[in-house]
Amino acid sequence: MMGRTRTWALAGLFGLGLASLFAGGAWAEFVDLPHRGQMNLHEPATPVMAELVWLHTVLLWIIGAITLFVLALMIYVIVKFRESANPTPTTTTHNTLIEVAWTVIPVVILVGLAIPSFRLLYFMDRTKEAGLTIKVTAHQWYWTYEYPDLKIEAIDSRMVPEEDWKKFSETEKRDRPRLLATDSPLVVPANTNVRVLITSTDVMHSWAVPAFGVKQDAVIGRTNETWFSVLKEGLYYGQCSQICGKDHAYMPIAVKAVSKAEFDKWVASQGKSAAAAPATDVAAANPVANPAR
Amino acid sequence: MATGTHAAHGAHEHHDHTPGFFVRWFLSTNHKDIGTLYMILAACAGLIGGAISVYMRLELMNPGVQLMGWHENPGHHWNSMVTAHGLIMVFFVVMPALIGGFGNWIVPIMIGAPDMAFPRMNNISFWLTVAGFVSLIMSVFIGGGVGTGWTIYVPLSSSAGHPGASMDFAIFSLHLAGAGSILGAANFITTIFNMRAPGMTLHRMPLMVWSILVTAFLLLLALPVLAGAITMLLTDRNFGTSFFNPAGGGDPILFLHLFWFFGHPEVYIMILPAFGIVSQIVSTFSRKPIFGYLGMAYAMVAIGVVGFVVWAHHMFTVGMDVDTRAYFMAATMVIAVPTGVKIFSWIATMWGGSIRFPTPMLWALGLIFLFTVGGVTGVVLSNAGVDIALHNTYYVIAHFHYVLSLGAVFGIFAGFYYWIGKMSGRQYNETFGKIHFWTTFIGVNLAFFPMHFSGLAGMPRHYIDYPDAFHLWNEISSIGALISFASTLWWVFVVFHTLTMGRKVGANYWGEGATTLEWTVPSPPAFHTYDELPKISASAHH
Repeated sequence: MMGRTRTWALAGLFGLGLASLFAGGAWAEFVDLPHRGQMNLHEPATPVMAELVWLHTVLLWIIGAITLFVLALMIYVIVKFRESANPTPTTTTHNTLIEVAWTVIPVVILVGLAIPSFRLLYFMDRTKEAGLTIKVTAHQWYWTYEYPDLKIEAIDSRMVPEEDWKKFSETEKRDRPRLLATDSPLVVPANTNVRVLITSTDVMHSWAVPAFGVKQDAVIGRTNETWFSVLKEGLYYGQCSQICGKDHAYMPIAVKAVSKAEFDKWVASQGKSAAAAPATDVAAANPVANPAR
Repeated sequence: MATGTHAAHGAHEHHDHTPGFFVRWFLSTNHKDIGTLYMILAACAGLIGGAISVYMRLELMNPGVQLMGWHENPGHHWNSMVTAHGLIMVFFVVMPALIGGFGNWIVPIMIGAPDMAFPRMNNISFWLTVAGFVSLIMSVFIGGGVGTGWTIYVPLSSSAGHPGASMDFAIFSLHLAGAGSILGAANFITTIFNMRAPGMTLHRMPLMVWSILVTAFLLLLALPVLAGAITMLLTDRNFGTSFFNPAGGGDPILFLHLFWFFGHPEVYIMILPAFGIVSQIVSTFSRKPIFGYLGMAYAMVAIGVVGFVVWAHHMFTVGMDVDTRAYFMAATMVIAVPTGVKIFSWIATMWGGSIRFPTPMLWALGLIFLFTVGGVTGVVLSNAGVDIALHNTYYVIAHFHYVLSLGAVFGIFAGFYYWIGKMSGRQYNETFGKIHFWTTFIGVNLAFFPMHFSGLAGMPRHYIDYPDAFHLWNEISSIGALISFASTLWWVFVVFHTLTMGRKVGANYWGEGATTLEWTVPSPPAFHTYDELPKISASAHH
């Protein structure tokens, strides 16, 4: 528990520091990216992810210990009871105590794990007090973002095609890598509970942002819900996580978390350009219009 | 010791009238010949499925689309290769090898039965599986291929997502293979319940037989659900029904539930026979009976039963109610307990033994350890919260290849080296077998262990191309895959070497520790194994 609180505090401090350092900078902000040789989860950017990382770390220690224990036992029997060391086998085939022990001890470990696991599950399920609701609609092969409570036109978010990406500056290539760079990221205020409603107009997709601890399938005919609250302003990436046809690898997710003031400014700027016409979508009108091939 | 007192001997061989080539191999009603046919099918399919995985790993070796760039639609081509690899490995490699192959060959001999209960049904089970395989291969070439993954989720597999004939061929393939497996399962259950030799009570059956019995029940209960689901999918696609189409009041998630109600028991169907094989091998080479025999048998029964009530842990992200997810998480965790019982019982069997380490024992030990690794990552994934970060990433790929590729496939190779002398009458070369084991061991670990890292870092599965940050682990995985495949080609050589130049062996070439009935009959056994039923003494079981 202590460790987790400290992580949050550190993340918050770090976020504040970054925000003050780079306030107003176009791309000179925190960018969450996977890095070469990365062996573990992303740095948590939301309270949910912080708790998820904590639980995963606990699990990793436990399963590491179990695996090493099994390995040690195996090495021991291989060495101690090899034919040359132990020519006459025993005939022991039962030992009630040990059989009960290796049934009961795993049960106790699992019950111990289940408690924090249930807590995480119910914590991440949904938010009761949402400061903002966004609607994510998945298509083959792009995302549409809507702000049902704000006067903003629906925004289509697509991957930057490779030929355009190649024209990026080196800094931009670093902050907006190949296959992750999108033309228009989802813009959300930081430190706000954002409710996400997710649906699809064709096949299943999955809206995922690793640093947020968010992954929610987009299914035609139903609206799924999840939430996040970004602790640290910056740019975050994810990728479609449910096989959805030929361009499954080419519909990344980018989320830009900005300060509340900046978000209001952004909303106002969107409002000016937004036409009164509702977001029309051919795919939504005809779900059969998008064959996989 | 369960020694047959009236086992068949060479003197009885004059009763054998082995049929001619065509009748023997195409109209076979002999469990051993059908077992051999299943193994040939599994080996051929395995080489195809393995070649596909090498093709995929070479594509992923570097970021960008290189190898599959020749195709007009590389993304779809990639998806169709993933699907073909998965379906081939599940339905036409692991299942035919373990159940059709070793099950058919060994189970009747182990229980002292002259053959399977329904020999002709046994034959049609095999040929339905072959027809299924042909249909699956056709699905790759006709209509552009199925690019859905082996889970064929709707709506991607519906006529909207896959308008071509490919999907229908794949559905037909699953129907055929599924029907073959259901018939085979009925055959095993009948054989094991009704045709045990005098004295072979249920609680004296070798664990291999127990594992096939439990597997047969899983097949019998799970496969009809798959058949129903894909039939509904077929009518949705072709006859305008809308079981899974929300526009007609259907629900895509219903398909997922039906699929995984089959799909989860299916993964136990693939591993339980491997557990059975490992149990025989560990006991033989430790020269000790299995430790906690009843616990081992009923642990498999427990895995089978609980395996039917955990399916939705594959669906933690589809938007199920949180209480439902909580239930499936708890139920899934329970599976770890009987699985742990098995691991510890194998170790306890070795404890105090006098252990030798020929090739089959190496594969068995490899399975025990690597299955443990795959098992504990399964415990991580069972946590519905943590699964949100790992679902559909390479972590899952690593997990299920550790339990299947390094579990079930190690079990297949263990069984191959253990019984090839019995089946062919010729023994493999020990050095060659050990080379095969160690190269595979290194190759598969190199291929699959780094996938845990890329999965944790967030690399999604089913991707033809990935952000450059994931390059390192993918490169190592690809090198591992190449080593594994080279090792498999080496195994093909070992097979030919064994069958043509292997040393001839007698009835019990493993010596004192090998106590089950197959070691009382000649190697290879007579065309009809038992002219007179063996009698099992009451002194000890298995």
